[in-house]
Amino acid sequence: MELTRTEILPGVWLNALRSEQFKTACLSLSLLTQLKRETASMNALIPYVLRRGTTRFPDMESLSARMEELYGAAIEPVVRRIGEIQCLGFYASIPEGAFLPGGKSVLRPACELLGQLLLSPATRGGLLLPAYVDSEKEKLLDRIRSRINHKSAYALSRCVEEMCCCEDFAVSRLGSEDACESVNYKKLTKQYHTLLQTSPVEIFYCGRAEMRELSAALRDALVTLPRGEIDYEIGTDLRMNALEDKPRFVEEELDVSQGNLVIGWRLGDCMEDPDQAALLVFSAVYGGGTSSKLFRNVRERLQLCYHAGSLVDLHKGLLLASAGIDFDKLDSARDEIFAQLEAMRRGEISEEELDAARACVASDLRAMCDSQGELEGFYLSQTLDGLDCSPLELAALAEDVTKEDVVRIAQSVDCDLIYFLKGGEQEEADGD
Amino acid sequence: METKAYPQLGEALYSATLPNGLRLRVIPKKGFRSRYAVFAANYGGCHRRFSVDGQRRDTPAGVAHFLEHKMFDLPEGDRTLDRLTANGADPNAFTSEDMTCYYFQCTEHFEENLRLLLHLVSTPYFTEETVRKEQGIIGQEIRMSEDSPDSAVFDGLLRQLYARHPIRDRILGTEESIGEITAQTLYDCHKVFYAPCNMCLCVEGDVDPEEIERIAREELPEERGSAPEADFGEEEGLLPLERLRRREMDVSAPQFLIGAKLRPTGKGTEALRQHLISALSLRQLLGSSSDFYNRLYAQGLLNRDFDAEVAYGVGIATLFVGGESSDPEGVLRAVEEELARVQREGLDPVRFERAKRASFGARLRGLEDFESVCLSLAEGVFDDYCSLDATALLQDLSINACEDFLRELSPERLAISIIEPRRT
Repeated sequence: MELTRTEILPGVWLNALRSEQFKTACLSLSLLTQLKRETASMNALIPYVLRRGTTRFPDMESLSARMEELYGAAIEPVVRRIGEIQCLGFYASIPEGAFLPGGKSVLRPACELLGQLLLSPATRGGLLLPAYVDSEKEKLLDRIRSRINHKSAYALSRCVEEMCCCEDFAVSRLGSEDACESVNYKKLTKQYHTLLQTSPVEIFYCGRAEMRELSAALRDALVTLPRGEIDYEIGTDLRMNALEDKPRFVEEELDVSQGNLVIGWRLGDCMEDPDQAALLVFSAVYGGGTSSKLFRNVRERLQLCYHAGSLVDLHKGLLLASAGIDFDKLDSARDEIFAQLEAMRRGEISEEELDAARACVASDLRAMCDSQGELEGFYLSQTLDGLDCSPLELAALAEDVTKEDVVRIAQSVDCDLIYFLKGGEQEEADGD
Repeated sequence: METKAYPQLGEALYSATLPNGLRLRVIPKKGFRSRYAVFAANYGGCHRRFSVDGQRRDTPAGVAHFLEHKMFDLPEGDRTLDRLTANGADPNAFTSEDMTCYYFQCTEHFEENLRLLLHLVSTPYFTEETVRKEQGIIGQEIRMSEDSPDSAVFDGLLRQLYARHPIRDRILGTEESIGEITAQTLYDCHKVFYAPCNMCLCVEGDVDPEEIERIAREELPEERGSAPEADFGEEEGLLPLERLRRREMDVSAPQFLIGAKLRPTGKGTEALRQHLISALSLRQLLGSSSDFYNRLYAQGLLNRDFDAEVAYGVGIATLFVGGESSDPEGVLRAVEEELARVQREGLDPVRFERAKRASFGARLRGLEDFESVCLSLAEGVFDDYCSLDATALLQDLSINACEDFLRELSPERLAISIIEPRRT
């Protein structure tokens, strides 16, 4: 399974993995643009407004009916943030003809529909329909506000927001309420045209189609894409060290029965020439699975929590550790999370811990080859980072990561912020 | 082993029942790197009252889940878990209403890892001290779920619907109920529910089915044990106890779950057929191409999170229709009106055919994921059907069967649970 990468139209890159393994094909299209406070919400809104209707299928009901006719080919809006690049577009999952009654491929009509969604939206006087824009704006506002509903994810995003308060990375993939409020259909139409003209476009495909058949179908579907000068000057700003000398502390109160502690570090100097494999193994030793230091100590030894773990953002160079704890256990959990990192800095990593971390990272990467969704995300990330390492190559590298590599990363990280979400003064909720 | 080919799906299923009663299902997948195994016990949060060898037992809420946590403790010197993780297989587990599942996925050393997993799950080792320790960790898991609006809206609805069935209580139990658990409780329940005849092993990946069978024979106890008989209480009437329940939490917008008790389906292929009928009916009534969904979406009453399904198992069947809305009671009224309309006018044959196509595609997509395939196989083992039969059954469903299903749902059967933003 080898990835081919071709420019099928100006600034439109097709990344294709031919595979006979799957029963459905995956096809995604992403417009890439710089993540900015002013435009993030507007950009996030675009694929959702486009998904409301096209000139040929003017509303969601007729669009959904068309997708059902294509045996449930699903084309849905996707908005992501990879580092400080905002990626917006569609992800399609298309049943392979070989498994359909009648045996006929639906790839071409699905590509046509994808092209229509991107390029031929329902409009009036050349402008996106105000009714669709207003309705999707309300839904986007709801989605932005809804981050508070899932407390541990909320705590993670709040930690990043505070930590990167002076950087664009503080902006969420969906942008902010304020910026969203100020969008109207005229502004949105203008931004939509700008993006079509200037954004690099990344297409990913994994399935059975021959390269020639696929690129012909995509070229036909996207032939009317208006291209201007393409903005390749997009990227992520790396900050190596913490904002202040001492880690900042931010505390917030909500009506919760469990506290959520998140600690954020800059990965530091090791990001000058980041070693992806070593960073993944480092995070696995520290807070990956059940053999990690955080799980074994914060959960199993001290019994402070149910969930404790860590993750790294390889694009922005962040390490985050989190745990759900009792309100009065903040000090002991924080101290233990730091103590485990200190131990790693001193080189206290056993052969077993390292073996398990290497094996789990390598196994997960190899297993990725069996999941189209994960492959899609992996290759988009690699492209944005200018890397062309396959999951299998990265797995082999992970197996060669040494203790010294891991210790070096532990020594490089710089704590920036401690965030704690705790319960407020409100009364008990009325239950049974 | 018995082999059944599914040429339309390009799959083959190997099945066997071992002399100790363990049921085994294997789907070989040439050319795939990852291999997945789930070892499942027919033991979930609802199996609290049961009889075995003529003796009746009653256990506190949360034992199945507690036991799942404690199975990862092994006697001093047993290195099973370390070996599994060193091999790149991070084993995990979950407990649902009707099953406890232990699983792992890996690319290397699969056969050795499978032996280790089977050993892990058949080696009970509990002490009063480790039980006490776990009460703290699960206490935190309970706290975490208390802060989840999804759990709150779900728990609320089940209490509105069911008068006695153990589904009323959380799988995790409560801090009090898990406080009653002792090492002996765990030993007793392990003995009863983890008997080979009450379990199944499902494997998917590039494996040799005969080899899997050999491993299972060698690693698991020879004695069958006696299959426990669950007691979920007397069948309840179909009306809810309480039509509406509200609660406030720190949420951004009202979250709702509409539900109803449905007639349970029993077991066998007929049960699978009924599952497909209900899913296909709900797709036509409330799905993404339905008039109902698109109307309410455009009116701003629903968003993309809206979903409808029927959950089957543990002697009951429950309809769930949920999402986020500024006016949950308005959504309930609209659901009732839509039901009444379909009951009056019937379903549209064109939409029916389209929905069938889309369901077919969705089923096909579902086959990509080893985990969901193996879990569906396990559910089928315990309910006497094979989930791979679904695509063929689906093609033969009639519009009348869907109409009959929807006709049963009269408005007084529906209840709604709402979580509202806290008023400040």
